[in-house]
Amino acid sequence: MTNVLELRGITKRFPGVIANENVDVTLREGKILALLGENGAGKTTLMNILYGLYKPDEGHIAVRGKQVEIHGPNDAIAQGIGMVHQHFMLVPVMTVTENVMLGIEPTKNGIILDKEKVAQRIREISDQYGLEVDPHAYIKDLPVGIQQRVEIIKVLYRQADILILDEPTAVLTPQEVEGLFKIIDTLIKSGKSIIFITHKLKEVLAVADDITVLRLGKVVGSIDPKEATSQKLASMMVGRDVSLVVEKGKAKPGEPVLVVDGLAVRDERQNLTVRGVSFEVRKGEVLGVAGVQGNGQTELVYALTGLLPIEGGTIRLLNEPIRHTSPREILERGVAHIPEDRQRHGLILTFPIHDNMMLCTYYKNPFARGITLQEKPIFNNAEELVKQFDVRTPNIYVNAGTLSGGNQQKVIVAREFSRPIELLIASQPTRGLDVGSIEYIHKQIIKKRDEGSGVLVVSSELDEILALSDRIAVMYKGQIMDIVDANKTSKEQLGLLMAGVHPTDAKNTK
Amino acid sequence: MTTTTMELSTSAEKRKRISYGMTLLVAGLLIYLLFGLTTQAGVSTTFGLNLAGSQAIEVSDLVVPAQLTVNLMAAIAAFAGAYQLAKGIRSTGWLIGILAVTFVIAFLTWAAQDKSFNLTGMLGSSLVRATPIALAALCGVISERSAVINIGIEGIMLMSAQTAVVTATVSGNLYVGLIAAILVGALVAAFHAYLVIRFKVDQVVSGVAINIFGTGFTSFISSRFLQKATDALNNSGTFPIISIPGLSKIPILGPVLFENNIVIYLMILLVVVMHIMLFYTPWGLRTRAVGEHPKAADTLGINVYLVRYVNVILGGMIAGLGGAYFTIGSVGRFDEIMTAGKGFIGLAAMIFGKWNPIGAFTSSLIFGFADSLQVKLQILRVPIPSEFLLMAPYIVTMIILTGVVGRAIPPAADGQPYEK
Amino acid sequence: MSETATPSQTKTGNRSSLAQELLVPVLAVVTGLIIGAIVIVASGANVFDAYGALFTGSFGSPIRLIEGLQVYFSTGETKELLRAIYPFTESLVTATPYIFAGLSVALGFRAGLFNIGAEGQFFIGALCSAFVGYSVKGLPMIIHLPLAILAGALGGALWGMIPGYLKAKFGAHEVVNTIMMNWIAFRLSDWLLNGPMKASGFRPVTPNVLPTAELPRFFDDPLRFNLGFFLALLVAYLVYWFLFKTTTGFEIRSVGANPDAAKYAGMSIVKNLVLVMALAGGLAGMAGSAQVLGVDHWVGQGFSAGYGFDAIALALLGKSHPFGVVLSALLFGFLRSGATNMQSRAGIPIDIISIIQGLVIVFIAAPAIIRWFYRIRSIKTEETVLTRGWGK
Repeated sequence: MTNVLELRGITKRFPGVIANENVDVTLREGKILALLGENGAGKTTLMNILYGLYKPDEGHIAVRGKQVEIHGPNDAIAQGIGMVHQHFMLVPVMTVTENVMLGIEPTKNGIILDKEKVAQRIREISDQYGLEVDPHAYIKDLPVGIQQRVEIIKVLYRQADILILDEPTAVLTPQEVEGLFKIIDTLIKSGKSIIFITHKLKEVLAVADDITVLRLGKVVGSIDPKEATSQKLASMMVGRDVSLVVEKGKAKPGEPVLVVDGLAVRDERQNLTVRGVSFEVRKGEVLGVAGVQGNGQTELVYALTGLLPIEGGTIRLLNEPIRHTSPREILERGVAHIPEDRQRHGLILTFPIHDNMMLCTYYKNPFARGITLQEKPIFNNAEELVKQFDVRTPNIYVNAGTLSGGNQQKVIVAREFSRPIELLIASQPTRGLDVGSIEYIHKQIIKKRDEGSGVLVVSSELDEILALSDRIAVMYKGQIMDIVDANKTSKEQLGLLMAGVHPTDAKNTK
Repeated sequence: MTTTTMELSTSAEKRKRISYGMTLLVAGLLIYLLFGLTTQAGVSTTFGLNLAGSQAIEVSDLVVPAQLTVNLMAAIAAFAGAYQLAKGIRSTGWLIGILAVTFVIAFLTWAAQDKSFNLTGMLGSSLVRATPIALAALCGVISERSAVINIGIEGIMLMSAQTAVVTATVSGNLYVGLIAAILVGALVAAFHAYLVIRFKVDQVVSGVAINIFGTGFTSFISSRFLQKATDALNNSGTFPIISIPGLSKIPILGPVLFENNIVIYLMILLVVVMHIMLFYTPWGLRTRAVGEHPKAADTLGINVYLVRYVNVILGGMIAGLGGAYFTIGSVGRFDEIMTAGKGFIGLAAMIFGKWNPIGAFTSSLIFGFADSLQVKLQILRVPIPSEFLLMAPYIVTMIILTGVVGRAIPPAADGQPYEK
Repeated sequence: MSETATPSQTKTGNRSSLAQELLVPVLAVVTGLIIGAIVIVASGANVFDAYGALFTGSFGSPIRLIEGLQVYFSTGETKELLRAIYPFTESLVTATPYIFAGLSVALGFRAGLFNIGAEGQFFIGALCSAFVGYSVKGLPMIIHLPLAILAGALGGALWGMIPGYLKAKFGAHEVVNTIMMNWIAFRLSDWLLNGPMKASGFRPVTPNVLPTAELPRFFDDPLRFNLGFFLALLVAYLVYWFLFKTTTGFEIRSVGANPDAAKYAGMSIVKNLVLVMALAGGLAGMAGSAQVLGVDHWVGQGFSAGYGFDAIALALLGKSHPFGVVLSALLFGFLRSGATNMQSRAGIPIDIISIIQGLVIVFIAAPAIIRWFYRIRSIKTEETVLTRGWGK
């Protein structure tokens, strides 16, 4: 069996960090290589080098035994390398056909685009690999699962036989993941070779023929999946033994803190994205909101925190209604909010840490007296929180933008936890973080629960939801499919709910 | 749960329906109060349909009874409003159209009561006055479709205008002036592109710098050289009117559309060509992809920077043509700051036209109409100070930007530098 | 944006970083002057004559100053001395409206707004001040003068507030709207100066303001140096204090740096944007007040004379910091004042200054050009986000 792709001694340095150091990777023909590593291990950098988006400082690439120079995506495509990016590279306002043909456009008479020819080719590819899609649909109207198919079609249209799938399961329901694995199977059978990038251990064990583990930019080792276990892979990936479960005691739910009834919310584009949602969060419990991203979770949180107006229904926080209530008033009533996008909402990256530490309370004693800011209390507060929450920073005067993702998230957690809170809303609290930071933030969230706060965790990572929640609400197309007890549910059940199928219905139809 | 959804959508619809209906009702009332009551009974308004010196076949002028027409317009607006309140037409475009048409007709009938008003001449001058605005708007469309904001159109047009007249005067050939103007437009736009693509300079700041530089530079040249030697440097004459054989004989349409100079024909041609290019060719597909999602384009091997350079420079050439209009296409000499904000009005037209060539052109026509209207009204001695009429295009621009007449969504990456 | 006033700079920064901060602006101005010189030479004039006239026009002639001092010490006669310091004080007089207008634009930048409307706000402010100055009679100076300044500030504030409100409420881009407001201001002033506010006589100008509304001058005619300059310095300090030492200033800077985070933190975007544009308009209006009450005493057509556009260059050059604005306003004051002399002595149109300004803006906005030109090693600086596409 031949090696279809070899990366040898790849080194890539960025100012201040070595993203890849002397990395060797081998892909056998017709096989699936899993590239495993946690966030920030250098997987994506490596693949961007392979795809010509970055230039390596050292090392070389060989395709089918021949050393090649890849200076850009065009070279990669010419070598038969195709990439399905983690964040889909699709233009939302264009059709499937337009997205697929972009870059190699056939024309009639040399000027006018020949869309029908491409649509025909898309239908052929669809039939051959079981990738069903309407060539004339607009991307923005398609669910993420279908968008991923379009990404794969794009690659196949360019006749790639080496496919790189970068975290392809991140946005899929468990059932959609199954579907993807079937597609991968078909691809392998028709002679393609695949690099599968992920940080999810179970997926690796399910599909891979070979496993290569990356940590801190270096190859830790390669392992045969037959000999691998989750525990072993985890310790290779993180470099120490990790507990895969969050230790937490039984919840002692008390009074309801938050009662939501029939809530409807429009997003910024005036689409009705939350359509009649009802639930409650009690003191001392964690309610997890699961769902594939883009099913109204973001807007739900925005409405709860006053960032979007309420279109219909009611929200009651500690028995007081929230309606046309400003974000400030909601904060003052004891809501802490770890926002989904920490760089967009959570921090002002160009402000120093000490200012970010008082971002929500700058107008209050002791940070302000009258209208003037008081520097000393501001600095003291930041110094204390940095110590208490173990934020790794040279000092409190550097800008928040200079911190790593994990430390930025810690700044937000420190700030939000530093005031008395009745309700904690944590949206995607560990997205893009390394395992150490994830563990730390999970512990802090459980600690808040045990102190008697109500906690609402929104996450598209099912593992995170299962690890933290006492009860789980599953959102689909702006509605809550069901609320289940975390101890009495399974991934499969949640997956069906996430796909909009009620398990009881599913049984009935069978 | 589904019932909630439906109720919600109907309540929003209802609110919209009521607000549009009320607006039309109020407009009807206003037309009656403002114009209907102040129009003398028994007089008529004459709308001239022929243009002196035109090749078009003569038709008889349109004579309407003034008061009746005004009141009819008031009634139409009010009826449309009432119908909207009761049944709901829902098409926003139609409602705004009815509003605008009834108001404008009523206003013109009122303003020209007992007098004659040349409608054909007015439409013709609307197109002429829309030309620099449309060219500025097309420049905006082509650059912003590739996500580069060019707010320096005003400065580019000034420099091109000056270059055009000087080169045309010196060479004695207007076409040399035209080409020079387009080249200067390309050059300045290339500089803008270089700053914002290579150095990632804030696009608005770069545009403002170009405006300040352009204003200063042309005024400098003007007061140092042109004013002292007007005949040798700043007196080019203008492009002749070209009558399209046959077509120019059509009444009304002929003099409006087919008796113009080359700049105006080029502008109309550009609108059509750009529309086809943008939506039906590989270049357009790539441009739109670069404007919406540059990273996606990049991963497919499209050179994002190259697309942006090309588009910004093409845009600059179009703005250069717009600059040439001001001098060799219109008055034959350069005056300081003669563009008078047309570049910015062009940007407003681009936004109102939703970044589409045809939309931008149509919006420019509205501005051109407003512009030529104020000139006509001065001639008719309407008792409104001319300064206030001159403000109209600026106020219209501001109203359009508020988005109350339809929200325009720019290309997703508009204004953002692209980092690999 | 660099927070020069917060301890981040005072504690971690040191002198060398301050020098780094100043290096690019200084080189940008120098480069602008060099290219200006090339333009002058290309236009067929003598650059030494031109820049010589520029220098003596802005600082005065050193020889004259020495002579003036000699006369003063020997005879006690001040006439010669006053004549010698005349160009210098004129430069400060020219710098006064620049300080106000520059602060206006800088304040906008701090909130993420690009106020190109300082020009119109300036004009409206001047007209309001003039109106109060000539029409309100019988008040003592202590009331009349502040009233006239207040009128200018309020007029400008109104003119700034409209685009601020449209931006905050509808997302209408302030760049286009402030420019539209400029043109509306010009047309409005045309009408006012030819109609309701026209003084008796042939020219379209307002009547002179009453002496009780004039900013007091420190010397006899022709020296026009007046209280306005110190008022400008005071206001610059107030703006600094407001931006960096108050809660509202913190809000404004937050809204400018990251509006989403500001909203998340419970700050009102609408309130702050409207407030900033009103304050910015007020500052530009005060620039007009200072010019009419301190220098001209009447308003005519073309009164704003590009102050609003110059202010953009000033704010960028001063890195949107009030003290930086003062420094760059002084620089521009000297340039402009000298350029008037250059125009009359060397026949170089004053528009050369606009050319230099346009170039300075480019160099400040693209420091990489300056670094490349002077082979300065690149230092890692914060990316400055000034504008955001078409709003929202």
